[in-house]
Amino acid sequence: MSLTQTIAKRIGWGLLLLIGVLILNFTLISIAPGDIADSIAGDMGGADATVIEEIRERYGLNEPFYVQLWRYVSGVARLDLGFSYFYNTPVTELILEKLPATLLLVFSSQILAIVLGTLLGVLAAKKPNGIVSLLVTFLSLFGFAAPVFWSGILLIIAFVSIFPLFPVGGMTDVTVEGGFFVQLLDLLHHLFLPMITLASIYLALYSRLARASMLEVLGADYIRTARAKGLPQRMVLYKHALKNALGPLVTVAGLQFSAVMSGAVVVETVFSWPGLGTLALQSILARDTPTIMGILFFSSFVVIVVNILTDITLRMIDPRIKAS
Amino acid sequence: MKKHLLAAATLALTTVTAASALAADEPKQGGTLVMAIQTTPRHLNPAVQSGTATGQPGTQLFASLLRYDEGWEPQPYLAESWEISEDELTVTINLVEGATFHDGKPITSEDVAFSIDTVKANHPFKSMFAPVTAVETPDATTAIIKLSEPHPALMLAMSSQLLSIIPKHVYGDGQDPKAHPQNSENVVGSGPFKLTEFKRDQHIILERYDDYFMEGLPYLDKIVMRIVKDGAARTIALESGELMLSGFEQEPRDINRMKKKDTLDVSNAGYAAIGPVNWLAFNTQQGKTADPAVRKAIAYAVDRDFLLKAIMLGATEAALTGIHPGSPFYDGTVEPYDIDLDKANQLLDDAGYAKGDDGMRFPLTVDFGWASAKPVAEYLKPQLKKVGIDITVRSSADFPTWAKRVSNHEFDITFDNVFNWGDPVIGVHRTYSSQNIKKGVIWSNTQQYSNARVDELMAMAGATNDIEKRKKYYAEFQQILADELPLYPLYPSPYHTISNTQVGNPPNSVWGTSHPLDRVYLK
Repeated sequence: MSLTQTIAKRIGWGLLLLIGVLILNFTLISIAPGDIADSIAGDMGGADATVIEEIRERYGLNEPFYVQLWRYVSGVARLDLGFSYFYNTPVTELILEKLPATLLLVFSSQILAIVLGTLLGVLAAKKPNGIVSLLVTFLSLFGFAAPVFWSGILLIIAFVSIFPLFPVGGMTDVTVEGGFFVQLLDLLHHLFLPMITLASIYLALYSRLARASMLEVLGADYIRTARAKGLPQRMVLYKHALKNALGPLVTVAGLQFSAVMSGAVVVETVFSWPGLGTLALQSILARDTPTIMGILFFSSFVVIVVNILTDITLRMIDPRIKAS
Repeated sequence: MKKHLLAAATLALTTVTAASALAADEPKQGGTLVMAIQTTPRHLNPAVQSGTATGQPGTQLFASLLRYDEGWEPQPYLAESWEISEDELTVTINLVEGATFHDGKPITSEDVAFSIDTVKANHPFKSMFAPVTAVETPDATTAIIKLSEPHPALMLAMSSQLLSIIPKHVYGDGQDPKAHPQNSENVVGSGPFKLTEFKRDQHIILERYDDYFMEGLPYLDKIVMRIVKDGAARTIALESGELMLSGFEQEPRDINRMKKKDTLDVSNAGYAAIGPVNWLAFNTQQGKTADPAVRKAIAYAVDRDFLLKAIMLGATEAALTGIHPGSPFYDGTVEPYDIDLDKANQLLDDAGYAKGDDGMRFPLTVDFGWASAKPVAEYLKPQLKKVGIDITVRSSADFPTWAKRVSNHEFDITFDNVFNWGDPVIGVHRTYSSQNIKKGVIWSNTQQYSNARVDELMAMAGATNDIEKRKKYYAEFQQILADELPLYPLYPSPYHTISNTQVGNPPNSVWGTSHPLDRVYLK
């Protein structure tokens, strides 16, 4: 099969999958008891029966399920993600408004986790039974086992309450005045704790992975050759071994994308970080179907695209996949 | 002579000290107040959106006709004076001269008429302006409200977030006011502060409106309302001084912790008009709770004092009826149902519910709709076991799930929290009126309680401005309810306002922080 054919096939499957995700999610949300009228009434401290009926009427909640589903899916086909019931705002606008905050959190924590995790993994692999290795293993198990909502709150208690070094939450302090660099510093100041919290889980994963991968590579013949040539330890580790050990790490990092997004939901809530996670939680609690669907659509779209790209890249660089 | 001199010097010194003390306490102009609100409002227009999320920024952006002080007394606001006719069917409002909207256009009686019409047509509380038949506008500063019957709730309904005066030239453009784009952006308000920025889940920034109609007010230059959902995060930020003010705080543990902090003032003053009362509601039509004896037995078996001490940690008081204890209509003389397990057992025995071999008489379910109610629901299980009622606690995943169950009457007992919203006509009648048994509507008469005399008393109390008569009607109303017990009242939500000691005049009105903050200043 040629590359073009493969790409076309992958995109075709991707589209089908996307439609499947939409139908499944819409059905699941509809099965949940209660609707947006209940949550709006809850938000307003109650509402007259006529008002509740009017809300259900306006959003077509009294119509049969398949009519509502068709209306939604055909809307998406026209690239219209609909209007948020709760915020009376186009869903696309809401998502685009929140996206930068989530991307900043997700990417910064991923970069931190990969860089720091790799370094720790390499350090641990140097002496697999040494004290550093033990420490790294302990830290990673701790990071992996501790739920982020707990570690996030611990960090807040430590670095906001006891040692007031960081702000308690939010993304910026609107009372801070100054130029670009002052604002940037303020943003980084706010970013630090949520970034560390979200990174902590993946730090564990990557350091373990880097350690295992390095140990495997360090046992290979070419490393022995490198050492026999008299290359210094640092050269062997970072130039020869690490390069090959990074392979599995990059693959896993790509696959972790959706998991990081879900981790962000919790971290954003703990730190009042105004991203997609906060929006997702709020819209689920409010039964704001168009917004939940919009976020799910968007995240499945991104995951499917990332997967297609990974597939194609692997196929291009690894001749064995092509052959099979 | 010397004595005189000394006396004079002492006097002078005292005067100076007194003067400087006065100066220190005197409101100062300027500064930015950073405060917290707990949820992102759907939008900022209280005329078409109820709830305190919209109310707190909404009452800064929009002025109402009246404002209420801490003693439930109406005070002039946009209305300079008002007059109720002898037959109580006409209310004449005289507006202040020279008031303008944030775009500089004058606030006229036309806007008042338009606002009342908009609220009447769109606000979720239909009882507020239901008897209003017309609003006449003989001149720019006079609005005459015509009523089909005397309507005592009108005064409170014209205050705070219940009647925002909105510009006709903006919202009268034919668009649906509930979905108007200027509810969230480019808001043209009438209140002390104007909108600079509204970022969902982040903050609302308000700026002093220099042409505000109240002389010399507001004191603050700017208010930043930060949206902080997490209670622990708010507590830490208040303690560290990052936040200066937060209203509607109700977590007893946080409140008690902040009380110990020297830099914070913790006050439960106000909120009586919001009037949030927590109770155990019974299904009075289906199952065992349809029997009043069972409801009374449960009331006697529940130890309200224990709940106040152990779960609410002393942060609130008892509420013996569904009317908030801070309301002038509250009747604290009703049967309190203090704990009496023998009496509870006796009532159940007499009603014919004998204990089985396992010591149980019958099973019941208890529902709750939000996390803070869980301890109370859990408490009922061991406690009611003592009188032979086998309780299953049903938790709901979220508010809509609970609301669906309760509003469709699929429950035995549920923990509930309902707001009085000022006058009983607005927030109390809905719980007991037999006309308001509406499936699918949360906080309607979900107990499905029906009593002709109670209906009659509500009708009479809702149709006279004579406060003594109203008190009498509501007293009888509360006595009947305490006897028939469609719900067992527990306590008001422990709403507190937390303010930094640097904040002068922290809000203490009956509306809490859903009230214009034009007199708040920074020391």
